[in-house]
Amino acid sequence: MKLTGISAAVVLCATAAIANPIAPGEVQYDEYGAVAASLSGSEGDAANGAKIMVNRGKGNCVACHAVTALNEAPFHGEVGPSLDGVGSYRSEEELRGIVANAKKMFEGTVMPAFYKTSGSIRPGDGYTGKAAEEEDLMPILSAQEIEDVVAFLLTLQDS
Amino acid sequence: MKFKAMTAVVALAISAPLVFAGGADDDTLAIDGEEMISKTAAPAHMEETGIDTIISGWHFREDDTQSMQTDSFDNPGMIFVDQAMDMWSTVEGEAGESCASCHGDVSTFEGLTTKMPKVNEDGELVVMEDIINNCRTERMQADAWKWSGNDMQSMVALIGNQSLGMPMDVAIDGPAAEYWKQGKEMYYTRYGQLELSCANCHEQNYGNYIRADHLSQGQINGFPTYRLKQAKLISKHNRFRGCIRDTRAETFAEGSDEFRALELYVASRGNGLSVETPAVRQ
Ligand code: HEC
Ligand code: HEC
Repeated sequence: MKLTGISAAVVLCATAAIANPIAPGEVQYDEYGAVAASLSGSEGDAANGAKIMVNRGKGNCVACHAVTALNEAPFHGEVGPSLDGVGSYRSEEELRGIVANAKKMFEGTVMPAFYKTSGSIRPGDGYTGKAAEEEDLMPILSAQEIEDVVAFLLTLQDS
Repeated sequence: MKFKAMTAVVALAISAPLVFAGGADDDTLAIDGEEMISKTAAPAHMEETGIDTIISGWHFREDDTQSMQTDSFDNPGMIFVDQAMDMWSTVEGEAGESCASCHGDVSTFEGLTTKMPKVNEDGELVVMEDIINNCRTERMQADAWKWSGNDMQSMVALIGNQSLGMPMDVAIDGPAAEYWKQGKEMYYTRYGQLELSCANCHEQNYGNYIRADHLSQGQINGFPTYRLKQAKLISKHNRFRGCIRDTRAETFAEGSDEFRALELYVASRGNGLSVETPAVRQ
């Protein structure tokens, strides 16, 4: 009896650990589109976030946004606003929500959702042009990568 | 180009944040001395789009790319037009015919491209590639050409070049109406995991840079275009396929009914612009 109780507790802990990166479908957005808790359960790594932002196969955020701090990577786009200073006027929670799914805050925005795996039309298998199986669609960025990007955005303070 | 750039420099000096000079340039396009209609009033059906001027993709390219298109001798795409001219009179297939044996001089096709795509007698929407392959398989009893292959696109370009300078004028009413509606719906559908529609890029953001690419209105009056990067002619459907693939979507096939409908709709957004086939792109 006692023993089963213990193993049950162990199992519970294990599932809690697995559920720790919050799945894309489970993210809680508040009414403004912000997300309170870390998606991965861990802190973000700003240096890695900067790499993700310029990587074409990952965030490729500079395709649409100018970011002076990332000027080493060439060709910043002008589809979205400049992100200079965004860490001073946006909270961590807001930034997490915007990167995970900007449409929760900006209705109909052209900014893609980076942590969403359902509801898109004809989702592809990456950039191959071939169909993806809905069940194995991965978010564009992982929970930890979202946290890394958010950590980097918070370093963008008004000078 | 010069004037816009100057205003941009002034704007830069005044406002501190870096703003890059977007938009179409103010140059005029003449090919072999003949002026093209490369900017004109948008057709009536575009009223709800907020676009009042339709603009050729030429205005969004760099000066050196632009200049290659102004003289047929400098236009690398014309090599393919010349090759198609040779094929025009080459007998192929069981029937012992060439294009020339039925149609005479290719100049008899002057104006045809301005009306394409169109609905045929059977009520089907057809594009130039369909007409060409139909002649090959039915009348010449030769093999069909591959949609985006050199032979096919060179012939599309040769026929298109007969209408150089003439304004696009596709029909969108009558039997074309339902196809046009289908194409329009596709144009506004946000495909793929990135959830981006043609309109998100080419209607809302033309003139803006997206990474290193200067977004145009996505007009097709210059197709097939000669792409310097690939050193060959690019078909309309190949371009559509690439744009949809880039939204992390399952794309449609070249020569699919979906792309025929989309081609009609996109062509209609260019009604009034000169045919520039073969245009030059980077
Ligand atoms: C296809 C274009 C596009 C891409 C790619 C894109 N964004 Fe955006 N982003 C936008 C637009 C447009 C807005 C403005 C919101 C609106 O529609 O009003 C925006 C808004 C934002 C904002 C809010 C800025 C503010 O003033 O509050 C942040 C933060 C942001 N983006 C971060 C990112 C990050 C980080 C990435 C990559 C992981 C990214 N964006 C990728 C287009 C894009
Ligand atoms: C994510 C952005 C994006 C989306 C979505 C997109 N395109 Fe494009 N498209 C581009 C870029 C970048 C280019 C190259 C620069 C240019 O000519 O605009 C381009 C070029 C084109 C061109 C060539 C224009 C020329 O003059 O050479 C056509 C035609 C075109 N797109 C049509 C479409 C259609 C139709 C759709 C929807 C099915 C679409 N695009 C969706 C980004 C996009």
